[in-house]
Amino acid sequence: MKYLSEFRNVSAAKILVQQIRDRATRRWVLMDVCGGQTHSLVRYGIEQELEEHVDLIHGPGCPVCVTSTELIDFAVSLSLQPDTIVASFGDMIRVPGSRDSLMQARSRGGNVKIVYSPVDAVLIAAKNPQSQIVFFAVGFETTAPATAIAILQAAKLGLQNFSVLPAHVRVLPAMQTIMEMPGNRVEAFLAAGHVCSVTGFAQYEPFVSNYKVPVVVTGFEPVDLLGGILRCVEMLEQGICAVDNRYGRSVCRAGNESAQAIINRVYMVDDRDWRGFGTISGGGYRLRSEFANFDAAKRFERCVQTVAVESLCRGGDVMSGRIKPKQCPAFGVGCTPESPMGAPMVSSEGACAAYYRFDPLQLEKPR
Amino acid sequence: MPGRIVRWIDRDPTFAKAVVEFAGVSRDVHMACVPDATVGQYVIVHAGIAICVLDESEAHKTLAAFKMLEEVDDEIPQ
Ligand code: SF4
Repeated sequence: MKYLSEFRNVSAAKILVQQIRDRATRRWVLMDVCGGQTHSLVRYGIEQELEEHVDLIHGPGCPVCVTSTELIDFAVSLSLQPDTIVASFGDMIRVPGSRDSLMQARSRGGNVKIVYSPVDAVLIAAKNPQSQIVFFAVGFETTAPATAIAILQAAKLGLQNFSVLPAHVRVLPAMQTIMEMPGNRVEAFLAAGHVCSVTGFAQYEPFVSNYKVPVVVTGFEPVDLLGGILRCVEMLEQGICAVDNRYGRSVCRAGNESAQAIINRVYMVDDRDWRGFGTISGGGYRLRSEFANFDAAKRFERCVQTVAVESLCRGGDVMSGRIKPKQCPAFGVGCTPESPMGAPMVSSEGACAAYYRFDPLQLEKPR
Repeated sequence: MPGRIVRWIDRDPTFAKAVVEFAGVSRDVHMACVPDATVGQYVIVHAGIAICVLDESEAHKTLAAFKMLEEVDDEIPQ
């Protein structure tokens, strides 16, 4: 496949692995910040290959996993209202709220539709004028333009029955939160490639100088990731703190300015509750007042109470890199993709799901 | 996965759309974020929306760097 298989070149990968081993004089701690990268690192055995030289820990790279229980409960309650359809991505409907997931709500008569794109939810609204369509808008900066376009389309079509439940999150404030956590071990970041396709990488420059931590933008294929890891190791060995872009085919310094303009037209940066992290300042988006009538949180009354449930899930520790999935005592025992205890095992971008799928065999000791 | 733009369907800034081919399969993709993309270019698509145009010269630069790696490796006595 053009521009894909070339970046899975085995001999280049082997050479890069050897270069990383040769350059690392000690075991450096690197965090990837994208669920897609986590999956590739585990799937291609990169983590195991480099075990002695690099400690690869996984960050908050799954927006579905960090969506707050309160918002899921709200979406569930909306799906159970008459003449209301909640639309979202397939992963989102399986994540448990405090009582039910949207999938469980569907089995109780809730109206839930899986869509591939937010603009598909606009089409559903246009075809079902008698129903209210609520799109549960999760995702990082990569997905925010798609929701913004959906809202602009609904506005242009004059749809009165379309709204979104905003749950978009922003990556950089979460990285700042991780750097300020007690016991943080991250020494360099692999930045999320497709988030940077939208945002660019200039935003990391103040972050790098504040926290003295190198950031390398990487893609998703094995050779991309190994090239990114090698660059992190080189910078750490030389004591350099800078931002480097190893995904030039998709990312430039300024990012996609058309996409940023679309996001900024519809959204404003806002604080957001992250599951497992708490409130992150500037950690998400809210709709601008001009588009407030498309905000499901304003259009519908929040008549649902979230109940506090005791959970053994250590998703917050997994997503902040404090433990690896297999160090969770429930991994593969009480928690599997068929019967997940937490979002990182549910979502296809979740770190626990990545290990369960690609590296389930040896279990590590719980910490 | 990058897809190649086959033809534009709609150039409206909000409803922009093109046919994009991914490994032989064609799909309609929303193009509002890449309004200047041209037929034959490759785009990365996320949630049904093209989020960037792939920079082919950068892709070739990276591939050329792999090639050099392999050549240098050949010269190193094993
Ligand atoms: S293995 Fe399951 S219970 Fe443990 S952190 Fe992951 S999702 Fe939560």
